Amino acid sequence: MRSVTGKLALAVAGVVAAGVLIGFYVSKLTTQAGSPTYTVPVKTGGAHPVVDLTIQTVAAVGPALSPNPDWVSFLVRDASGKWRRETVWRLPAHATVHVTIYNFDGASGLRNPFLARPQGVDGNRIVVDGKPLAVLPPDEASHTFAVPQLGLIVPVAPVPDDARNQCGYAPCSLSMAHRTETFTFHTGKPGHYRWQCFVPCAAGWITGFGGPMQTIGYMDGFLDVV
Amino acid sequence: MSAGPGISAAAAEPVNHARRVIVAWLVLSVIATPLVAVFLGPAIPPGNGSDEASQQVFDNQVMTAVITPILCLLVVFFAYALTRFRAQAGEAALDGPPLRNEPRVQALWVAATGLIVLGLAGFGTFELLETGAGGGQGPSPIAEPGGTKKKLEVQVIAQQWQFTYRYPSLGGLESAQLVLPAHTDVALHVTSLDAVHSFWAYELGVKADANPGVDNVAYVETKGPRVFHVRCAELCGLWHGYMFNNGLVVDAADFSRWAASERKNFAPVAKYMPAYSHTYLPEPQRRAG
Ligand SMILES: [Cu+2]
Ligand SMILES: [Cu+2]
Repeated sequence: MRSVTGKLALAVAGVVAAGVLIGFYVSKLTTQAGSPTYTVPVKTGGAHPVVDLTIQTVAAVGPALSPNPDWVSFLVRDASGKWRRETVWRLPAHATVHVTIYNFDGASGLRNPFLARPQGVDGNRIVVDGKPLAVLPPDEASHTFAVPQLGLIVPVAPVPDDARNQCGYAPCSLSMAHRTETFTFHTGKPGHYRWQCFVPCAAGWITGFGGPMQTIGYMDGFLDVV
Repeated sequence: MSAGPGISAAAAEPVNHARRVIVAWLVLSVIATPLVAVFLGPAIPPGNGSDEASQQVFDNQVMTAVITPILCLLVVFFAYALTRFRAQAGEAALDGPPLRNEPRVQALWVAATGLIVLGLAGFGTFELLETGAGGGQGPSPIAEPGGTKKKLEVQVIAQQWQFTYRYPSLGGLESAQLVLPAHTDVALHVTSLDAVHSFWAYELGVKADANPGVDNVAYVETKGPRVFHVRCAELCGLWHGYMFNNGLVVDAADFSRWAASERKNFAPVAKYMPAYSHTYLPEPQRRAG
């Protein structure tokens, strides 16, 4: 029979091991889930840096970029023009961020129409194909780019269902049917801000909210503001 | 606890163990109970951010005060038994004498525990029926503070992964921030558009499940201006842990100013909003294709 001290040591070791395992999973989930961080290059430095962030949203991410080729996804364009399936973006604090989204996906519609109102961006307006909009018809929303901690919500305009030359698998080239959307926001103080899509855009999942909607690297990510 | 455990060791020395335990218990209880009621009880959340929160603090004070003597009795009894009746090294392990009925002790035990449990149940029910204690009461609440007095209705809409708030008295205005006027009776109507969430306004002492298709009503009477924290308290998916924001209690003038500016912000999307309703079952439930 083991001594009391031995049993106690075993119990403590068990609790510590469980704690380490839980901590490991939780920290992986809440930080980056194995997703690499893409550092967005600074265009103009100084106390108030300026950054360009170029994104595409796609209906199917494709086998070249993911083991789940049919999942919807965000992609980010790096300095060399290459599209990366990385959704943890490092941005400087107190920066002005000019965002361009090329959307190659169709409409899914928002469950809460309120989220079709752009908020937390300059002028509370988005510019879709050169046209400023104070709201997108909620049923037309293809995705959203939303950072609730920054009060930022941006609905993404869809490619019409009958558009010609639609993109199959990403990365999609700009010669294919797409919408171009631009807006500007400000990062504020350093922090780890999550972002997400609010449109139930995950085809085939219950209420459109499984799979890519719940996995960092597709419809969710972080703004790592440093 | 009166005579039982004492007999074996006490055969040679006529010690009244029960009296010793009771005296130690009384002394400890008389010291500990007021300390717990005055210092520990009020330190237990949620603080005094609303009438309901203050009521919860009072409830915590009462309950910790009732529990303290019970805890003291257990601690004293175990400490005494473990030290006084511990077998010495090399001592033969002898069985103790058989336990026998002690009707007075049994009667006292049943009466005391019965009184405490029923008393706390009565106290809890009374407190709950007074205001609902900040909890969700479902669609037909029975504990309405201030009777049928007119309250400010605010709808809490949970969705993966953000709370938004709708104000029927402001023309169905929806906002991403919860702002409440100070010193006001508020009826919070909590619902969800997708999964099960739970609306938890920590310092206001409000917690109510947010179920899709259900109108869960919770009442709160605000106090003075303050910031409070809102969190989701029901595991609801990837960003459950990030489903938080700050709410504000502001004075009447600030509330009017806020409402005016939110109205302006809301105007472009107003025409797309569904009519105010206590529940929503929005499409799409599943993406086409
Ligand atoms: Cu999406
Ligand atoms: Cu939730």
